[in-house]
Amino acid sequence: MNLHPDLFALAYLIASVCFILGLKGLSSPATARRGNQMAIAGMVLAVGVTLAHPTVAFANLAWVLGGLALGAIIGVPVALKVRMTAMPELVAILHSFVGLAAVLVGIGTFQLHRAHGDAIGTVQTIEVFVGVFIGAITFTGSVVAFGKLSGRLGSAPVVFSGQHALNLALAVLMIGLGVAFSVTLNTAWLYAMTAVALILGITLIIPIGGADMPVIVSMLNSYSGWAASATGFMLNNNLLIVTGALVGSSGAILSYIMCRAMNRSFLHVILGGFGGDEAAAAATATGKTTKAAAVEDAVFMLANAAKVIIVPGYGMAVAQAQHAVRDLTDLLQGKGVDVRFAIHPVAGRMPGHMNVLLAEADIPYDIVYELDEINNEFPGTDVCLVIGANDVVNPAAKTDKTSPIYGMPILDASKARLVYCVKRSMKPGYAGVENELYYADNCMMIFGDAKAVCERLAGALRD
Amino acid sequence: MNPVLLLAAAETASVSPFMTGLFAFVLACFVGYHVIWNVTPALHTPLMSVTNAISAIILVGCILVCGNEASPLSARVLAFVGLVVASINVFGGFLVTQRMLAMYKRKG
Repeated sequence: MNLHPDLFALAYLIASVCFILGLKGLSSPATARRGNQMAIAGMVLAVGVTLAHPTVAFANLAWVLGGLALGAIIGVPVALKVRMTAMPELVAILHSFVGLAAVLVGIGTFQLHRAHGDAIGTVQTIEVFVGVFIGAITFTGSVVAFGKLSGRLGSAPVVFSGQHALNLALAVLMIGLGVAFSVTLNTAWLYAMTAVALILGITLIIPIGGADMPVIVSMLNSYSGWAASATGFMLNNNLLIVTGALVGSSGAILSYIMCRAMNRSFLHVILGGFGGDEAAAAATATGKTTKAAAVEDAVFMLANAAKVIIVPGYGMAVAQAQHAVRDLTDLLQGKGVDVRFAIHPVAGRMPGHMNVLLAEADIPYDIVYELDEINNEFPGTDVCLVIGANDVVNPAAKTDKTSPIYGMPILDASKARLVYCVKRSMKPGYAGVENELYYADNCMMIFGDAKAVCERLAGALRD
Repeated sequence: MNPVLLLAAAETASVSPFMTGLFAFVLACFVGYHVIWNVTPALHTPLMSVTNAISAIILVGCILVCGNEASPLSARVLAFVGLVVASINVFGGFLVTQRMLAMYKRKG
C-alpha cells in the first residue's frame, strides 16, 4: 500500500494519545478498566498501521504475523494463570523482554542500514549504541531481579570488595567500546559493547537485597521505557519516543515514591548491600517483655470495638491469609464494626502490590486507605490489628535517631487504644531491627501463622 | 497546556529527525510526569503492568526491521526474536492488567 507518510505519523500520534489517556484512566479504579482498553486500542492501531507500512514487504508478513501469534500463545496463558503474589516476578521478566527486544532491534537496524548501503552518521551510531546498551542492562538486570523475586536466586545481596570499582570499570569500558563503534562503524565493537552491557546489568543488580526490590522493579520499569525511547530515536519514530518517555517517567516516579517510603536515597539503594542476613542477625533481644494474647480475648475486643484498622504486611500474603482476613472483615462489619485497611507504600513487594492482593480477596477498595489518608485516624481507633507487618509500624522510625529505619514514614498503629500483632515469632523484619511497638503497654502479641490465626478469629466471631 | 497540541506541533517541525524526536521526548516526559503523579497509589501495580505492555511498542520497530525486504537474514532473525518477546509483553501485559483491574470492587 502507498499511503502518505503523514498518515502513518497521524496514526502514531493517535496511538500516543491513546496511551496517555489510558494512563490517565488509572487515576481512579472506576475509570481504570476503560483506561486499559484505551491503551489496548492504541496498541492495536499502532501495530495495525505498521503492518501496512510500505517498507514492510508482503512476503515477510507471514513472519511478522507468526511472531505476533507466537507471542500471544506464550503470553496469554501466563497472564491468565499467574498468581497475584507472583506479580513482581512476572513484571520483572516482562521488563527483560522489552530490554531484549531493544538490543535485537538495535543491532538489526544497524545491519539493515549497512546492507542497504545507507549513509550512517555519528548521530545514528550513537543512537544505536545508546538503545542497545540501555536495552542490554534492562535485559540482564531484569532477569536477575526475576531470579531474586521468584526465589530461583537467593534474595540476599551479593557483595564483594571492589564491586563498585568493577561496575565503574565495566561502565567505562562499555562507553569506550561504544565510542570506538561510533567512530569506526565496525560491528565487532558493537557486539563487544553489547556483551559488556549485558554483564553490567548483572553486576549492577546482584548487590541489591530483597527489601529493596520494590525500588529495583520500578527502576527497571523506567529503564524499559528509556530503552523504547532510544529505539525510537534510532528509527526516527516519534511513537516509540513518546511512549518510552511516558513509561520511563512512570518508573522513575514509582522508584522515587518507593525510596521515600523507605527513607532511603536512590543512590544508596542502587549501591546495594542492604537487607542481608547479617543485618537480620545483628538485632539482639533487649530483655524487654511482650504480652501474648489469647484469640478469644482478641475476638471479644474486636467485636465490641466501634472502629478497627487492619494493617496488612507481606507476611499476610506469604501465609495466604487474604481470604481469611476478608471473612474476618465481613463478620466484623456484620456486627456493625467500622473496619478499614491501612496500606504502607512498601507493604508488598512492588508498588501497590498489597492493594491488588486485597482486591483479589474481594476486599472493597473503598475501605482500603493509603498512609497519608488514614494516619491521623489511629488515635480514635479502638483496635488496630497488625497482620504480618513489622518495620512499617515500628515507632522507632520516629523516636530512635540511632535506628536504621529512623525517618521512614510509618503507620501510627501504636496510637490506637489497643494493638494486636499477629506474628509467627519475634524474628525482626527486613530491616533487621527490633520493633518497639511489641513492647508497648497497649500492644498484645498473637503468635502463629497469619492464616491460622485469622481463621480462628473468624471462627470465634461466628459462634 | 494541551499536550496533544504540543505533540502535534512536534510532529510537523521541519528540523533534523533527532531534534524532532528530542522535542517529542522532552514534552512527553512532562506529560508523563503529570499523568503519573495523578495515578492513585492503589493502582500502582496495574500501572506497572500496563506501562510494561505499552513499552512493548518497541514491537513496531521489530516489525519494521523484520518485515523490511532490504534487511539481511541476520537482522530479520534478530528482529523476529524481538518481535516474539515484545508480543508476549503486549498480550501478557494488557491481559494481566485487565485481570487485576477487574478485581477492584466497591463496597456492596
